[in-house]
Amino acid sequence: MTTSPSADPAPAPAPARRRIAAQASFETRAILRNGEQLLVTIVVPVLLLVGLVRTSVVDLDTGGVARVDFVTPGILALACVTTAFTSQSIATAFDRRNGVLRLLATTPLGRGGLLAGKILGVLCVEVVQVVVIGAVALSLGWQPSLAGILPALGLVLLGTAAFTALALLLAGTLRAEGVLAVANLVLVLLVVGGGLIMAPSELPGPLSHLAAFLPSGALGEGLRGAFLGTGVPPLSIVVLLAWTAAFGAGAGKLFRWH
Amino acid sequence: MPTTDTRPGGAVDVRGLRKTYGGRDVVDGLDLQATAGTVTAVLGPNGAGKTTTVECCEGLRSPDGGTVRVLGLDPVTDAAALRPRVGVMLQDGGLPTGVRAMEMLRHVARMYAAPRDVDGLAERLGLPAFGRTTVRRLSGGQRQRLALAAAVVGRPEVVFLDEPSAGMDPQSRHAVWDLVRELRADGVAVVLTTHLMDEAEDLADVVHVVDHGRVIASGNVPDLLSDGTAGRSPRLRFGARPGLPVAVLATHLDDAAPDGGWTVTEDEPGEYVVTGPVHPTTLTALTTWLARHDVLATRITVGRRTLEDVFLDLTGRHLR
Repeated sequence: MTTSPSADPAPAPAPARRRIAAQASFETRAILRNGEQLLVTIVVPVLLLVGLVRTSVVDLDTGGVARVDFVTPGILALACVTTAFTSQSIATAFDRRNGVLRLLATTPLGRGGLLAGKILGVLCVEVVQVVVIGAVALSLGWQPSLAGILPALGLVLLGTAAFTALALLLAGTLRAEGVLAVANLVLVLLVVGGGLIMAPSELPGPLSHLAAFLPSGALGEGLRGAFLGTGVPPLSIVVLLAWTAAFGAGAGKLFRWH
Repeated sequence: MPTTDTRPGGAVDVRGLRKTYGGRDVVDGLDLQATAGTVTAVLGPNGAGKTTTVECCEGLRSPDGGTVRVLGLDPVTDAAALRPRVGVMLQDGGLPTGVRAMEMLRHVARMYAAPRDVDGLAERLGLPAFGRTTVRRLSGGQRQRLALAAAVVGRPEVVFLDEPSAGMDPQSRHAVWDLVRELRADGVAVVLTTHLMDEAEDLADVVHVVDHGRVIASGNVPDLLSDGTAGRSPRLRFGARPGLPVAVLATHLDDAAPDGGWTVTEDEPGEYVVTGPVHPTTLTALTTWLARHDVLATRITVGRRTLEDVFLDLTGRHLR
């Protein structure tokens, strides 16, 4: 390549596909290289999986199935939430504060390409999570229903859409430090009482009715239904679609780039 | 290669721009033109509306009034067509903190079909010295150089640089200025905001002085420095004990140099400014008068106005 001006071609953008792929790879590497992000997206879910399967510190009503078969779908649901929601909201909030979103929006990537790159980046990290968590679960004796894999894939995509939209809603409206606090708090609340890992019906009081209508409960119940071979509850799909629409509309309306 | 721009109004054409935040007019009827192959400085104090103006040109903000055209296109509605042709360096950098410097630059280069040679550009700006350092750990000047590299890596036809020299050491500044001059020679329209007088004076072909959201003076640097705007040039400054009878001195100078119209002011205690048609004889007259009054001048300088003088004359001396 020459630096001589007379040989310079007119400035032109790279093809959209290449721009988005570059951004997705950039986002994926940023998440996987950041210690805190790696902790929350990979280490915590794996530790929870091993801890819940190998110990009985937490009393789980597995409804008669093996502990690993009951726990693993919930851990996969948790992994989806950590990447699509926790990690993404925090990263986007700090990028927004540091002007990264505005700068990239002035390159040929644009705002649409940035969003597409972020979503693809989330999906790439989720592939890594599924491989790691799946391998650990299989080594612990996990026997998923093979017929459930395709529906599970669809549910993860839907859950990713809902939680990424929520992440962008938070990141685009609150201060970065606020997002950091809220995102971590919400994650803990969803793990404890959101129906991710424990079935909503096992939760105390009104939560037992409420959790199935949360995006976390819908994703957890859906994945358990898929992998345990009992079928995906239609309610899960409806609930996830509704939250995706609501969060997406909110983020589209309220997201501030500055 | 960026072609010479023949469109009316040039590469950047801002007319009657208005932008309001919370009921306050930040930009209030601003006009600004920039042409290909020139460096245009937008000079003004903090809060004058410089950043808001360039952000409207970059398509990052929508004007509340007036028109903005870059390469003949609307930065908001024609954003997709403009993005490959316009390079941007934001005031706050806009660099992600967790990635390595060169990784960031290579990433931005991937957005273009035919970017500049990344290694050559990095070398020019001294980036390899910290290429493997994460942005978080870079000094202010290092970040600025990286942000400038990102702004020009796509071979833009128009470049907006918001306070490019902020936080830079002198070596970095000169590396940046050299690159800006090279862009100009290549036919790029460079628009930079600054409140550094020497930057505008050394670098800019055209200076727009902005205050309170309007352009209050425009022209090339020699025009602004001549008496066109504020009418007082050249000047002679000297330092001596405070409290000299300046009116008496002015009369004495008038007697010595009859084309006079001299004014002498004590700007600060002990800091005197003599304004009028300074000749070699003016110096003799001044020192004679000082000797007669047994005053020792600690310093005497003769010079035309600096851009700083013009700027302060135009925008006032009060702090903001």
